Amino acid sequence: MKDNQLLEMIERYLSSEMPADERAQFDALRKKDATIDAKIAEHIEFTSLLKQYNDRLSLQSRLDEIHDEIDVHTLKDDLMAHPSWVVQMWRNHHSKISVAASVAIFAVLTILYFTGDLSNRDPRFQQLKQEVDRVKREQSKLGAKTDNIIKANKTGPAISAKFSGTGFALTGNGYIVTNYHVISGADSVYVQNAQGESFHTKVVYTEPQYDVAILQIIDPAFKNLGTVPYSFKKSKSDLGEAVYTLGYPGDDLKFGPGALTASTGFHGDTTEYELYIPVNPGNSGGPLMDDKGNVIAIINGKQTQTQGVAYAVKSNYLLKAIQSIPADSLNKSLKLSTKNTLTNLSRTQQIKKLRNYVFSVKVYNQ
Amino acid sequence: MPTDSEVIIGILNNSDSVLKKLYLAYFPMVLQLVINNNGNEDEAKDIYQEAIIVLYNKVKRGDFELSSKLKTYIYSICRRLWLKRLKQLNKYGGDIKDFQEYLAVEDEVEKHEERDMQLNKMGDALKLLGEPCKTIMEDFYMHNRSMQDICERFGYTNADNAKTQKYKCLQRLKKLFFQQ
Repeated sequence: MKDNQLLEMIERYLSSEMPADERAQFDALRKKDATIDAKIAEHIEFTSLLKQYNDRLSLQSRLDEIHDEIDVHTLKDDLMAHPSWVVQMWRNHHSKISVAASVAIFAVLTILYFTGDLSNRDPRFQQLKQEVDRVKREQSKLGAKTDNIIKANKTGPAISAKFSGTGFALTGNGYIVTNYHVISGADSVYVQNAQGESFHTKVVYTEPQYDVAILQIIDPAFKNLGTVPYSFKKSKSDLGEAVYTLGYPGDDLKFGPGALTASTGFHGDTTEYELYIPVNPGNSGGPLMDDKGNVIAIINGKQTQTQGVAYAVKSNYLLKAIQSIPADSLNKSLKLSTKNTLTNLSRTQQIKKLRNYVFSVKVYNQ
Repeated sequence: MPTDSEVIIGILNNSDSVLKKLYLAYFPMVLQLVINNNGNEDEAKDIYQEAIIVLYNKVKRGDFELSSKLKTYIYSICRRLWLKRLKQLNKYGGDIKDFQEYLAVEDEVEKHEERDMQLNKMGDALKLLGEPCKTIMEDFYMHNRSMQDICERFGYTNADNAKTQKYKCLQRLKKLFFQQ
């Protein structure tokens, strides 16, 4: 039997177009020949697959038709999750971020480990340690200083003057007044005149309360100066009075003009005048003269905050100090001059005369 | 949104309107799943239509039981199909962002894909068959036309000639199908 004929018979058999006698014949054939049975099964399957294929195509086209009615674009925008940029960044770069974070954590831990902050220490301990370190440093500094002092002692006393001020003669026979603060703590005190001659002195009397010190030249090379040309004013001077001073802020005698600006000194000290005058530390102990050549005060300090302001101990406190010198401390007479020979002289001439009576006071100590 | 039983009855009755309702009801859910997991709208359409076909055939075969919600079933099929697609495209990043609960539907998807492969083979075989065989096959086996119609359409004077031609074509189609 040809394939075509068999196929036709199978189709007729399946579609029940076959007359009953032929059908019985075919059933018998089917029982006898297993290949026919298999052919029937295969035909059924194949034609059903064709049917399914058709169904699938039609369903697909129906679905496509429906789909075309959907506005996919709008829907998409609505449905697309719009996470915040942080989340998006995390999604796109989470591997990179993770690596970076691990590196950072590792670095921090390493630093903490090496700085010792990982150990369970109170941060205040660090501060205490700094304190202790500071104390240690200072102690070693002190030690070094002490060493220096010990070394310096071995080399003997210093040769150069540690400190200098100004002084002026009270009498021609060698009594000189200066500030107590200039000579306090001194081992030896020398005075040097305008010609550069130095004379050894001794401290006869000090009055720290008024910042006054009386020296006496005990040097054999000293010759009497002759009567001092100025007198010491006992009464108070008036505000606005033109005054000047002479002193040794450096190596040379220096003139400083000024005015009396207040009758009390630093912090209302009644023993002092306040002055407007250019002075420097070496001026301490210098005479403050008025126009007529009277000593009205002794320069003793200056204001550091205000330029040009200085203070001077009033002359009557100098006189008081002189009066309170015990008589047995004086081996020469200390009689102040009462005659003023400068009164009618011009200032430059006053200064010419004065300069022989003003000394630089040099203080030596160890 | 149609009820689940409405959909099943509609499919069994070949209702176009129910199919449309069904389609429109769940497409957004599947679009959401796909576009938020590395896919685009065209891929969503493919996946969704495949899932509808799976459901359709299941209902037609009569073995769809309303043990789960239709929505969950469709989502599960789509999810499974999309996971497979992502793996094929090497776009699978290790996890999938879910929007619904889902069931295990691996077996069903497997069966569907086997069947799908057969149908694709049939489609390819028909394309290779050429005319007039292809049209004869489509008319007789797919569109259920009578041999009378086919005779007239192709101008066969003798119905036996037409029959012979039809069987020849069927033989060739089988050959093409099984050769693949």
